[in-house]
Amino acid sequence: MRMIQRTNISKQKIILIRLISVFLSLMTASLFLQFMGHHPIDVFASLAIGAFGSAYRLRETLTTSIPLVVTSIGIMIAFKMKFWNIGGEGQIIMGAFAASYIALNYSELPKPLLLTLMFFAGFLGGGMWALIPALLKVHLGTNETIITLMLNYVAIKWVTYLQYGPWKDPNGMGFPQIATFEPNAILPKVFGVHIGWIIAIFIVLAISFLLAKTKKGFEISVIGESIDTARYAGMNVKHVIVAAIILSGGICGIVGMMEASGVNRTLSSNVSSGYGFTAIITTWLSGLKASIIIPVSILFAGLIKGGSFIQTAYGIPQSASDVLQSLILFFIIGSEFFVQYRLVRRTAKEAL
Amino acid sequence: MHKDIFVKMENISKSFGTVRANDAVSFEVRKGEIHALLGENGAGKSTLMNMLSGIYKPDSGFIYIHGQKVTFQSPKESIQMGIGMIHQHVKLVEVQTARDNIIMGLKNSFFVKKNKISEELRAKARHFGLAVDPDKKIYNMSIGEKQSVEILKVLYRGADILIMDEPTAVLTPQETKELFVIMRKMAEDGCAIIIITHKLNEVMEISDRVTVLRHGSTVGTLETQHTTPKEMTDLMVGAVTDLSIKRPKVHRGKAVLEIKELVAEDPDHVPVLKNLSFNLFEGEILGVAGVSGSGQKELCEAVAGLYPVKNGEILYEKENLIGMSPRDIIRRGISMSFIPEDRLGMGLVASMDMVDNFLLKEYHNQKGPLIRRKTIAPHCEEMIQRLDIRTPGIHHPVKQLSGGNIQKVLIGREIDTNPHVLITAYAVRGLDIGASHNIYDLINEQKQKGVGILFIGEDLDVLMELCDRIMVLCEGEITGIVNSEEVTKEELGLMMAGEKIKIEGGEAS
Amino acid sequence: MNTSFLVAAVIASTPLLLATLGELLTEKAGHLNLGVEGMMLLGAVAGFAAGYYTNDPLLAIIGAGAAGGLGGLIFGFLTITLRANHTVSGLTLTIFGTGVSSFAGTTFIGKKMSTEFIEFFNPVAIPVLSKIPVLGPMLFKQDFFVYLALLLAILLGIYLYRTRYGINLIAVGENPGAADASGIHVELYKYIHVVLGGALCGLGGAYLATVDVPQWQEQITAGRGWIAIALVIFVSWNPYKAILGALLFGGLSIVGFRLQHLNVSQNLLDALPYLVTILVLVISSFKQSKENAPPKALGSPYFREER
Repeated sequence: MRMIQRTNISKQKIILIRLISVFLSLMTASLFLQFMGHHPIDVFASLAIGAFGSAYRLRETLTTSIPLVVTSIGIMIAFKMKFWNIGGEGQIIMGAFAASYIALNYSELPKPLLLTLMFFAGFLGGGMWALIPALLKVHLGTNETIITLMLNYVAIKWVTYLQYGPWKDPNGMGFPQIATFEPNAILPKVFGVHIGWIIAIFIVLAISFLLAKTKKGFEISVIGESIDTARYAGMNVKHVIVAAIILSGGICGIVGMMEASGVNRTLSSNVSSGYGFTAIITTWLSGLKASIIIPVSILFAGLIKGGSFIQTAYGIPQSASDVLQSLILFFIIGSEFFVQYRLVRRTAKEAL
Repeated sequence: MHKDIFVKMENISKSFGTVRANDAVSFEVRKGEIHALLGENGAGKSTLMNMLSGIYKPDSGFIYIHGQKVTFQSPKESIQMGIGMIHQHVKLVEVQTARDNIIMGLKNSFFVKKNKISEELRAKARHFGLAVDPDKKIYNMSIGEKQSVEILKVLYRGADILIMDEPTAVLTPQETKELFVIMRKMAEDGCAIIIITHKLNEVMEISDRVTVLRHGSTVGTLETQHTTPKEMTDLMVGAVTDLSIKRPKVHRGKAVLEIKELVAEDPDHVPVLKNLSFNLFEGEILGVAGVSGSGQKELCEAVAGLYPVKNGEILYEKENLIGMSPRDIIRRGISMSFIPEDRLGMGLVASMDMVDNFLLKEYHNQKGPLIRRKTIAPHCEEMIQRLDIRTPGIHHPVKQLSGGNIQKVLIGREIDTNPHVLITAYAVRGLDIGASHNIYDLINEQKQKGVGILFIGEDLDVLMELCDRIMVLCEGEITGIVNSEEVTKEELGLMMAGEKIKIEGGEAS
Repeated sequence: MNTSFLVAAVIASTPLLLATLGELLTEKAGHLNLGVEGMMLLGAVAGFAAGYYTNDPLLAIIGAGAAGGLGGLIFGFLTITLRANHTVSGLTLTIFGTGVSSFAGTTFIGKKMSTEFIEFFNPVAIPVLSKIPVLGPMLFKQDFFVYLALLLAILLGIYLYRTRYGINLIAVGENPGAADASGIHVELYKYIHVVLGGALCGLGGAYLATVDVPQWQEQITAGRGWIAIALVIFVSWNPYKAILGALLFGGLSIVGFRLQHLNVSQNLLDALPYLVTILVLVISSFKQSKENAPPKALGSPYFREER
């Protein structure tokens, strides 16, 4: 048996392969659940109900999906250029940090102005944090996977430091936390969910438009596929890469602003809640396509929320849904092989 | 079979798809012999040797090593039978020592006896005259030294049949001399050596016999001391074939490109362009002939602003292009249609459709931040008609097209931008007769519009019929610029092999 | 800087050292496994469980190694045979390992190892050597696990630089094509070392759970897995240097407590390992130093050219 690269694969075949892998993963998960003494179908059903089963739960799931969608779009831009931005967490946190600085120090400003400033601060915070690895990669060729990863933890420690130190809330009763934002700095709700959902939709549309219809978007796509062709076509590859990565980090920074302002109402070191990492997986699963990122993110948010639900309903700890999640992922990651290659038997008369 | 016949290949054939790379090739090498394998690009030399080294399997025919019939399933088996291949691009681990590279993968003691093995290697190296320091790291070595390590490696592993693929391509003349001394020593020791080359002077100097391949078949095996460069060239290039390519007479205009003393080096500081000087005129097709790797690729890229130039000038309408960004160069109407080995690697984006690929050249001319695809679509449709491009549609990814059609898309795009200078490399590679003639017609059309065209090609017949003048490159130097009506195919072959014939008919400087 | 601090630093460095050695081995084979945290936690829970139920330290170590190795095997299968993307595979392994560890560990919350077990890992003084001032108590009056880690580091160094398998491994990670052409079974080398690497990470996690703490806690590794990934780069993939590097980073992680009077926040100190690693990477990019560079083929799937 050996493997040959496929030249062409129909969309149906891809979907089939993905469905088989999801099916296999669910089978494995069912075995795992039965081993724990639970009825798999019941558990999966509860997962779905916990995620989408009522108006309240649906709102919760959607609220969770907002940061996932936006972060994923941000990461997608970087990935399209084959720039492996693992630093989503850090960019979210630094965006939250910048926005919080505005929130805590300028809360006398009128709400719309304050929120707008926070928005841009968020973008700047995340963007600048991503600029560092971008410049290093473009000018020195440094491996961005590791740098962005390391910067995550620098960001976490920085905010932890602020939490325990200079920004510690004097009214916090000794707890190491940062002061809650003034109402002025908190994102309003629309239909029960903070306005972030509108921002998210806007960002998805804007980025999709950018990539499909603008010159810069075109350049990003070309550079991602073939740097040689991009140079040959006269593109200034270095500039485009740096601009795209700033955009990528900036979008993650906006997520930080939205989470700090709309959900937590303060700044804390876990403002990113792992979204930076989860988004890497959702982006990758979505094949770097904006249109698929939305449903995949909602599904993932559902997994997260549904997981909390079955925790109370069945006593199955949150960690079990993490295991379930990762099992599904393993299978899908593995299935990519079958999408890219097909296996052929060696024959004696092979003319290839 | 006589025990001195180390290698015998009998009626070997190999095809890749519809391309017949080797056609009933028969070839044998004796103990103690240095046997040259000569032929133009695409003649089938590398394919043949890859079958000896176990990378490919023949479709039909037999291989006998030391009289034993063999079928290699992998390179490992070939190595076990005593065959050692020295590749053009060394396969060494940079960060390890020569010794480590030589012994890796061998069954040895658990703890490597560094000193003992280094001593053994030094002794063996001395015996053959190889200048190898076993304790030296590969990244500290020159290319010649690295090649010596590769040679020592195969010898250490017991090879008595050596295949050397264009070994002198990366060596200085001095290093080449040293290599030949080493090769003679190995032959004296009883090795059979096969050297793949296109350099006639080297064939004359080092080989005992030479086998010439052309278009995948053997055209002759000669005793080197009884033959001449002319005879070998004749066999290599064959008789002139009439291809009926038109060559419209166009009155040549002014010089649109003046190249003066162009010097360029590759990343390893090996010179690839050595003081090139020539002119390209409006309304002419200047053909560029040469064995692959003679600098054609680097020349094209240098003119397009994609290759760093060390010295010299490229003047376009009296402006020096050197140092300009590729975009500026494109703006001036210099259009490069380059079809590299990796067809989709440089000119086109495989997953994008024809419209987007056309956009690559046009988009920055459009005003504003948005891309307008609608204006490009009609151009694509037009090109499909003109060039008879077989495609499911202008919105299908180009990687789905066959090789020939991909080339048509590429050329069509270049011609669509109405360039002043058109550089095409291997424009008709992989195309059938009909498609090729389409391309020639297109190029002639451009010539009649007054475009200056640099046409890099492999087929000497095509070059002689299509081009007005032909420039021959060999190892980064110009060995001749001639009028195509006044030159013979053999002369071209000789120039390609390095003989400098008087530059006539072309105002070179 | 007093001796008790140094002794504590060595203890703090041990899980780091083990995980670093593990990831070092994996990366030398050409694979970047971001799942270190997950493999450490798998080893932690397996080691704890084995030790808790059998009271046998040897079984605890074997269990931890097996669990970590299993994690490595999953990653290996995905990235070697199925040529999957290293980053996504590693991150998923982290989620998986963390989840399995938390889940399986729910039975153990609050539980401790038996006194018998703990006694096995009491510091054991090595005669003569432990009397050396400063270095003595630091290196020669520690528990068995610490000795194991130090020994493994030295053994790994000898393995890499002096044995023929080490030479082959380095080739596999640098230029798999050359290795293959030389007759090295590239896939086998990758599998073995990725799994072994995982096992070592598992041991690191087990140390935390069974000896260092030794009460079961969720997320007992607290991010050490990520520091280990940084450490591998910081010490330029050299097992001997890893001993020093782990000591440095381990010391950094506990020094804040002692520097309180200087008003240096432990949090900022916690960020130092990461900042320092970034600096090291940048400097090595500048210098283009061949000796301290990552294995050339790190992260690239290997395909034998064939037609």
